[in-house]
Amino acid sequence: MVGLHKSEFTNPVINWIDTRLPVFTMIQKEYGEFPTPKNFNYFWNFGALAMVNLVIMIATGIFLAMNYQPNSELAFGSIQHIMRDVNYGWLLRYIHQNGASTFFIVTYIHIFRGLYYGSYKAPRELLWILGVVILIIMMATAFMGYVLPWGQMSYWGATVITNLFSAFPVVGPKIVTLLWGGFSVDNPTLNRFFSLHYLLPFLLVGVIFLHVIALHLTGSNNPLGIDVKSPQDTLPFHPYYTAKDSVGICVFLIVLSVLVFFAPNYLGDPNNFIPANPLQTPADIVPEWYFLPYYAILRSVPDKLLGVCLMFGSLLVLFVLPWLDTSKVRSVRFRPIYRVTLLVWVVAVFVLGACGAHKPEGIWVTLSRIGTLYYFAQFLVILPILGKLERPLPLPESISHPVIGGRGGGPLPTGAAAKPMEKA
Amino acid sequence: MADSSAASTHPGPAGEVTKRDMLTLVTTAAVAIGVGAVAWPFIDFMNPSKDVLALASVEVDLSPIEVGQGITILWQGKPIFVRHRTPTEIKEAVDVPLASLIEPQPDSERTKAGHDQWIILIGICTHLGCVPLGNKPSDPRGDWGGWFCPCHGSQYDTSGRVRHGPAPANLAVPPYAFASDTKVKIG
Repeated sequence: MVGLHKSEFTNPVINWIDTRLPVFTMIQKEYGEFPTPKNFNYFWNFGALAMVNLVIMIATGIFLAMNYQPNSELAFGSIQHIMRDVNYGWLLRYIHQNGASTFFIVTYIHIFRGLYYGSYKAPRELLWILGVVILIIMMATAFMGYVLPWGQMSYWGATVITNLFSAFPVVGPKIVTLLWGGFSVDNPTLNRFFSLHYLLPFLLVGVIFLHVIALHLTGSNNPLGIDVKSPQDTLPFHPYYTAKDSVGICVFLIVLSVLVFFAPNYLGDPNNFIPANPLQTPADIVPEWYFLPYYAILRSVPDKLLGVCLMFGSLLVLFVLPWLDTSKVRSVRFRPIYRVTLLVWVVAVFVLGACGAHKPEGIWVTLSRIGTLYYFAQFLVILPILGKLERPLPLPESISHPVIGGRGGGPLPTGAAAKPMEKA
Repeated sequence: MADSSAASTHPGPAGEVTKRDMLTLVTTAAVAIGVGAVAWPFIDFMNPSKDVLALASVEVDLSPIEVGQGITILWQGKPIFVRHRTPTEIKEAVDVPLASLIEPQPDSERTKAGHDQWIILIGICTHLGCVPLGNKPSDPRGDWGGWFCPCHGSQYDTSGRVRHGPAPANLAVPPYAFASDTKVKIG
């Protein structure tokens, strides 16, 4: 039997399965032995946290779908039925609702890690691009999920966002009618949003699978941004990073639990407790917090089409980030000027978020314009120019010898250099 | 490079239970309890919800049911036969020798004391689940005057006991109680 995989496992059942479908060998290789840089900080937990969060969302979502009714007359009532009559319905619903928020918190921090440590740079460009695809699918899923309770904000948020597409010349209104399945957001829209909301997470699993494969082929980045030079720079993923991730997962679950059990509606909008009314628009239409910066960009300019283009553009610019950044240095730790601009960019995103939460009047318009300008300037102007102009700090020799130049100062005392890992 | 299986690199002295064994045991127990605590809400989520449980009882007004007449009502999604037996039918049910029954059960076990003119049964044939005929006066009632199942020919007597197969068991009796002479609560 020439093509069969030769399994190393001793247990006969595992060996039988592994010979025919080497899943155990794969897990051993990719999560057991996988050589991981030994200098990870806690920013590197967030990818794993995102995966855990996704599993929680899928599990709670599948069970919620057993009781949810995707019909415009029954949807709101079915959610109340889940909250009041179904055993632990309130728990699964609140976990699903707040899990969406934690999913975005975790993902945004994960993206920040990528920006700060240059994880998008060669050879990880495709890894980064897959990540942007993941972000977009997440946003679509979250948007459709928010429509399902069919509250006032569900309905009107759906109306505003689907109406965006009418900005496109010639085909715009036709696209909107196609999305709606009718002449306004109504039952056909709700039905298809439910179907797609159930589907997209599984698509997400597939893209994440590719994302992790791309990562495992290039190997992980690390806080110093320098390549792994020898096995001495690494640790096997298990047990070191399984242990560290477990700590992170515990903290994550505590945060999720605090939200679910003590402030389940803190991040939500009270308008969504009112059943959808097509004849009455709420005074303020506001998306969920994780969309606020994009909402601010959308409303920063008076022109409808330009606003839509800027909003989509703010995501599309991420796709080309690996090529916009001309610096040869990955980690922002060694780029002091760029570090300042990046942190200002983060502040700009938070400011945009605040603008998104307010009516586009007075100071908020000004701030959202400054924020939008800086957002794009960072990617389109600062990054390309600074890479060429900035003089980075000297990079360390290797992960195992980080103390040469810059950080820490001075050579290591004798005997303090990392010795080869002892064979047990 | 550290071995991924710590226990195999640093085993305790042969035979002795080490601190590591204790830690492993406690951790495993904690994980098992944690998994159970997480799994239970998901499982219980699928149990009947409060509104389904609220529909678990139904009250029937018996006054319009004439002697010799039977009605069918819906309880927990199942058909329930409520028949007002004639004195002849009651006598037939009581006098049967138990040894001749396919599933021996005296009539007194299938009715409530003082209300033996009422027979209340789950109208599902114990063979493969069809609804037997016999409640309407025009229905065939089988040779024992009770119910006749058209699917495979099972026959039941006036106490709902199976007298002719292929059904293996008597028609089930639902839990019920008489609120008054003319009102019964089923379930």
